[in-house]
Amino acid sequence: MTKDDCKKLVLDIIADIAPDEDLTNVKSDVRLRDQLQLDSMDFLDIVMELRKRHGIEVPEADYLQLASLDSCAEYLTPKFNALPAKG
Amino acid sequence: MNSRSHYDVVIIGAGMAGLAAGIRLAHFGRQVCIFERHNAVGGLNGFYSREGRRYDVGLHALTNYVPPGVKGTPLTKLLRQLRIDRDELALRGQLGSRIAFGPGAADLRFTNDFQVLEAEVARAFPAQIDGFRALVAAVRAHDEVSLDAAPASAREVVRRHLSDPLLEDMLFCPVMFYGSPTERDMDFSQFVILFKALFLEGFARPAEGVRRILRVLLAKYREAGGERRMKCGVRRILLREGRAAGVELDDGAVITADHVLSSVGAPETEALLSAGGLPTPRPTESGRLSFVETITVLDRAPAALGWSGDTIVFFSEGRNFDYACPAAPVDVRSGVICFPNNFAYDPGEALAEGWFRVTSLARPEDWMAWPEPEYRARKQEWFGAVQASARRFLPPVPDAELAAATVATDMFTPRTITRFTGHQRGAVYGSGVKHRRGLTAAPNVYLCGTDQGFLGIVGAMLSGISMANHHILQRG
Repeated sequence: MTKDDCKKLVLDIIADIAPDEDLTNVKSDVRLRDQLQLDSMDFLDIVMELRKRHGIEVPEADYLQLASLDSCAEYLTPKFNALPAKG
Repeated sequence: MNSRSHYDVVIIGAGMAGLAAGIRLAHFGRQVCIFERHNAVGGLNGFYSREGRRYDVGLHALTNYVPPGVKGTPLTKLLRQLRIDRDELALRGQLGSRIAFGPGAADLRFTNDFQVLEAEVARAFPAQIDGFRALVAAVRAHDEVSLDAAPASAREVVRRHLSDPLLEDMLFCPVMFYGSPTERDMDFSQFVILFKALFLEGFARPAEGVRRILRVLLAKYREAGGERRMKCGVRRILLREGRAAGVELDDGAVITADHVLSSVGAPETEALLSAGGLPTPRPTESGRLSFVETITVLDRAPAALGWSGDTIVFFSEGRNFDYACPAAPVDVRSGVICFPNNFAYDPGEALAEGWFRVTSLARPEDWMAWPEPEYRARKQEWFGAVQASARRFLPPVPDAELAAATVATDMFTPRTITRFTGHQRGAVYGSGVKHRRGLTAAPNVYLCGTDQGFLGIVGAMLSGISMANHHILQRG
């Protein structure tokens, strides 16, 4: 998986949990909270959807790593690539 | 078939809070089952059929309504958390509501546009408008959903800003009628929740009423894999070493669970724990506030009788408002009138019949104690008194004209409320003491719903969501 693939997966999750947000111009390097109206309940949902859909665990101490799309990709891509291949 | 004997989470009660909690838990892969003693879902916000006609219980209007595009409010949070598209609820805004004292002492109109209320206060109470604006600023700044807020008297906070007792009572009247579990005063956080829900946000309703909302919740719950068992009450919570091990059902069957989430109220949950052998050291007292509601079905829209301008009218006789358990079976001096027809429905959605509902405070002991024949007779007697009192605050309609337009009537009482909700004493808004963190004497039994302290039907659903998130999902 590339970092761009990873960003797309995160955006897919945000599109499902916050369908009332316009995601067409989300900037990768700006905090998600600063460009979208996401609260702590929404961030919890991003974490839980990552676990549910992809088996990725994000411990609470690492929530800050999900601040922007760039930091998400930085933090999550290695986790995705470490998952056992689906067979 | 629902035949498991173990679940990750057992939810007691299929009202708004239990269903919302169930959707969250099932969506994130928990094995969850809702146990409901009644044969219908919805609890306090349910519906029933009588002679082929469907009646809503509870819901006058969904509060907390904001138009599409407004974010960060309880309704938006709820829709996101439950993955509900707002179009699914088909909410239609109110036409306009009114607080009416006297009659003739003062009237304040309000709509889903807060500026209308502000202008009305400036018109009717010019000397109070600065204080009113300061109060609104304090309300906006208050974090009412904090799980740790210290209790404060809402009357005291409001009096810091307003000096006219008439305006003070006029603001408390709708706020208390739509959610205060305590008499005469309430906790400031609860006042803020309701003030925002009623005035800063607003009223809406689907044309189908509460059934539409329940149908959406049930579909989400089923799609997520949640189970429910109806006519299947919980008679005690089973305990092992101070923790809940499961529940025992009314028929004696035992279901084991890792967590129990109870939406049936604090005193009622404490009774279930006590029946299982874990008494609560300082039990929560049941609430003291209950209501009767008269329902009049009309062969024409209320507008055809001249009742076109009001969606909801909160009324009180004279210049004072006494929100308390009455000394008589019903206190007809104050109440809430609702015309479910008077929402901005789309063409083709208009309700087939007219509806005129009036709610007033009632003393539960009387309604619980009467044997069936007397109960029926008293219902009839008080129906007339409640309706007559309310009509003083509406454009006049001759008795004969109203009688000719009436095709059916019904009335629910504290007795009905206890039957639908299991709340002791028919306490509509639950206990006066709220348990914000949802904790009980057992570490894996949590409260959600009315007695957790978020009010209104949006509040009830958010309560289920918050408690499921906080106590179960966030713990991984």
